[in-house]
Amino acid sequence: MLLPFALLLIAYAVGSEIRLSDNPNDKLLPSFPTLYEAVQRMAFEPDKRTGNYLLWQDTVASLMRLSIGVLVATLMGSIVGIAVGLIPYVNRTMSAFISVLAMIPPLAVLPILFITFGLGELAKIVLIVFGIAPFMMRDIALRVGELPSEQIVKAQTLGASTWHIAWRIVLPQMWPRIIDALRLSLGTAWLFLIAAEAIAAQSGLGYRIFLLRRYLAMDVILPYVAWITFLAVLFDYTLQKFQIIAFPWFAVGRSSE
Amino acid sequence: MTQVSVQNLWMEYGDQVVLEQVNFEVETHSFVSIVGPSGCGKSTLLRLLLSQEHATRGEILVDGAPLPLNPDPDRGVVFQKYSVFPHLTALENVVLGLELEQGGLFGRLHGKAKRRAKAEALHHLEGVGLKDSAHKYPASLSGGMQQRLAIAQALIKKPRILLLDEPFGALDPGIRSEVHDLMLRLWWETKMTVFMVTHDLKEAFYLGTRVIALDRTRKREEEKERYGASIIFDTPSEPAPIIQELAAEAETDTETNQNT
Repeated sequence: MLLPFALLLIAYAVGSEIRLSDNPNDKLLPSFPTLYEAVQRMAFEPDKRTGNYLLWQDTVASLMRLSIGVLVATLMGSIVGIAVGLIPYVNRTMSAFISVLAMIPPLAVLPILFITFGLGELAKIVLIVFGIAPFMMRDIALRVGELPSEQIVKAQTLGASTWHIAWRIVLPQMWPRIIDALRLSLGTAWLFLIAAEAIAAQSGLGYRIFLLRRYLAMDVILPYVAWITFLAVLFDYTLQKFQIIAFPWFAVGRSSE
Repeated sequence: MTQVSVQNLWMEYGDQVVLEQVNFEVETHSFVSIVGPSGCGKSTLLRLLLSQEHATRGEILVDGAPLPLNPDPDRGVVFQKYSVFPHLTALENVVLGLELEQGGLFGRLHGKAKRRAKAEALHHLEGVGLKDSAHKYPASLSGGMQQRLAIAQALIKKPRILLLDEPFGALDPGIRSEVHDLMLRLWWETKMTVFMVTHDLKEAFYLGTRVIALDRTRKREEEKERYGASIIFDTPSEPAPIIQELAAEAETDTETNQNT
């Protein structure tokens, strides 16, 4: 499992060594000591101008935007998805609209968001929501549709109203599936976060990368990319573990099918 | 006493006639087996009795009143599959019926009411022999256990009519006869009326006090679409030995009661 990672590191080290022996001022593939220094500077020393620890400041700023955006999108996805999947009337009214909504390229809407919501936090969060909420709505609606109709009828014979079915039968069975949709959406959410930060921001992981691009500061950009990747993997792993622990019936049902 | 009265029932899907001229009357505490070849509309008839679908023409009356438009707690159901909820333990599956009824907006009970509901549910689980599996999820129960759970789950609502759609079709023979006797005992105790769809004739006659067979009377290719199935055979069936025993016991009981 670790082999491909090791090979990548070795390839990088060799490439860096070759380029640096040609030209010691080469910026493209900085050596590991240079990278280490950059990490030290960004993460553990206060910035000379502002006194902030830049990596942490950027991380906090980005994660705030990401988590609010993802949370709002998940909430919308769950509520709209369950309504569309469960209630035929809502399905007839909404599903075409959501399908079209999902086809709008979110980045094309970014200028509109900046014009409407200004260059502050709101536009970035709305971009993330706009980027992943339609997918989550459609995904959850499909998952609700996959529930056997027997379950719905059975619930009715147990005296459940439509609201009861949504609350006690559908939503609890959707939680683990919402986590699945969330895991699939996180990559996209990062994409839109970084895109928004690249265009207009004063802090954030994406902002930093695109700022330093002008100085070819690969010694900072590469650790930043690695850090973003690490965070993304960590979230994915945590969600996966959480799903197994919190919804044991789901894991059992999956393996028995 | 007549409980369920089916009057001139027709069911069409578009141009396809599935059922036509279905008429029968069922007395309280009957066990009606509905048999017939695949595609003859026996499951459709069950869905009509459940209000899951609505007849094109004709009426179903229960105690003289038309059926409600949607499935309701008066009519319980056990399907061949997917009758129990995978996200709830066996106990929670049975408690659910009480929680939905008494739990208000959120369909949940707390504290004393919850404990009382749990005790009642456990009693029902015990009745189907699942007390020891109360805290397992359905996915870790065997097929027979899942069906027994589905029965307990339906019975806690004390339905007056129970609808069974090939409930034992997926079970192994040994387990099946075990669940048969359980079903008969519960039917006897609860005094409910049972409709069971099955394609197993032996099962139909063993369990049923009455067997209704559905089939198309016209089978030529060009007639198939326009002529649906109707009742071709309707006969009483001798109650199973276990029921005869229970009936005999009940009789002697009443006699001794009268004598004292």
